Amino acid sequence: MASFTALALSGFFILMVHPRLYWGHVGNDLTPALLTLPISNNYRPEELQSRMVFTEVPGAPVTAERNFHIFNQNGWARSLHFLAAWILVGIGAIYVALGVSSGHVKRDLLPSGRELSPRSLLQDLRNHFSPRVGSAGVGPPYGLLQKLAYTSVMFVVLPLMVATGLTMSPAVTAAYPILLDVFGGYQTARTIHFFGFTVLVLFLIVHVAMVIATGFSRQLRAMTWGSEQ
Amino acid sequence: MKQPSRMPRRAFITSMASSAGVLLAGCSQTDPPTYGHVLRMGDLLTYKAHRLLLPAQSLAREYDYADISSVPAIGTTNPSGHKEHGPVYERLLANRFADWRLPVEGSVARPLAFSLDELKRMPSRTQITRHTCEEGWSAIAQWTGVPLRSVLESAGIRSTARFVQFYAYDGWVDGIDMLDALHPQTILAYGMNGRDLPISHGAPLRARVETQLGYKSTKFLRRIVVTDHFDDHGARGFIQNGWSWYAGI
Repeated sequence: MASFTALALSGFFILMVHPRLYWGHVGNDLTPALLTLPISNNYRPEELQSRMVFTEVPGAPVTAERNFHIFNQNGWARSLHFLAAWILVGIGAIYVALGVSSGHVKRDLLPSGRELSPRSLLQDLRNHFSPRVGSAGVGPPYGLLQKLAYTSVMFVVLPLMVATGLTMSPAVTAAYPILLDVFGGYQTARTIHFFGFTVLVLFLIVHVAMVIATGFSRQLRAMTWGSEQ
Repeated sequence: MKQPSRMPRRAFITSMASSAGVLLAGCSQTDPPTYGHVLRMGDLLTYKAHRLLLPAQSLAREYDYADISSVPAIGTTNPSGHKEHGPVYERLLANRFADWRLPVEGSVARPLAFSLDELKRMPSRTQITRHTCEEGWSAIAQWTGVPLRSVLESAGIRSTARFVQFYAYDGWVDGIDMLDALHPQTILAYGMNGRDLPISHGAPLRARVETQLGYKSTKFLRRIVVTDHFDDHGARGFIQNGWSWYAGI
């Protein structure tokens, strides 16, 4: 939880330094963006100076100087981001290894084929919006939507965050250029990394809301020390 | 039905807490120092993991001529205003760098000073690579220069040498380890996109370290020093200013 918060916060600070997202290998203040986020005042294209073309061909690449001061806290933010990532990947690997070997993943987390029918999905969805909350027990058995949320975060979103994170590393992509091909470029990986961040933050908000709705201290005790039943 | 036991989990939590200290091992003079700072320990872990796990000397992707993109120039865009080296730089610039010399010294057999013409007469390498800025943007450009390896070898690298330090006209000081210094794509570039390197991009000569973030590619080179030990460059260096020295990320 601490690692997750550290990753989310430092990630947000890192994004503030260059609040634009792109598709492909290239993206900067002189190229069009997919998305410009209003989270900092660092993108000021009209203040770039001494524009110069490299060739006289129309549409040729240009360069321009950025001589104004930008908000940049990446020194600590990126180091904290990686430290938290190391810890989270370590914990995650232990959790998955223990979960698979103890049968927890198969027994409690993966939804069975029978459960995945549209009817039971709809039923579980309806239950979530009924005013009657608090009926959930601690720990397994989990509900269907709960199982789907946990497994997709664990086996889809988090691995995707690690893979897109590694694709942003010049040393890693030199060794494994396939990462650039899989995601279609450094900037695409960065953009997917941002979408993954959004999904994880939403998951965390819903997860914490459900824990509080079903008895905060009881659930927390069950998650950490184990339930007494 | 057998209840899964909760007790191994408790034993696991207690044992993890007591063994965490093992990870905080010491380091030698050939490693970047951590000063006991937890973020620098994380940086050191990343550096060590890269050196341990990644195959050495893999080439960064090279792109096509058509992929060359626009590229902003950030940081120092002209060192003429620098308090210490600015006047010298201005004089060199006025003479189109004819009097500019690059000393290569330190842990080398024959300390040398190269003129721009001498560097241009050495076998060159041209590469179209992606500049990945630590801020989050990227750009593709063509760089022409002499491999750092050739320059170091002509000065004769001593067997004890471990790092290469870059000193720049804008006061920038930084270094890379010998593995990156000898990398085939680590070049001292005097050309960009088929022209002389523009002032804003580090004229007359800049480093290109393609396996690390852009800030490791020191612009406006003034002096190169080969060292046996890690040099943190004190208060002017990256580490004491709160930045990771290794930026292969």
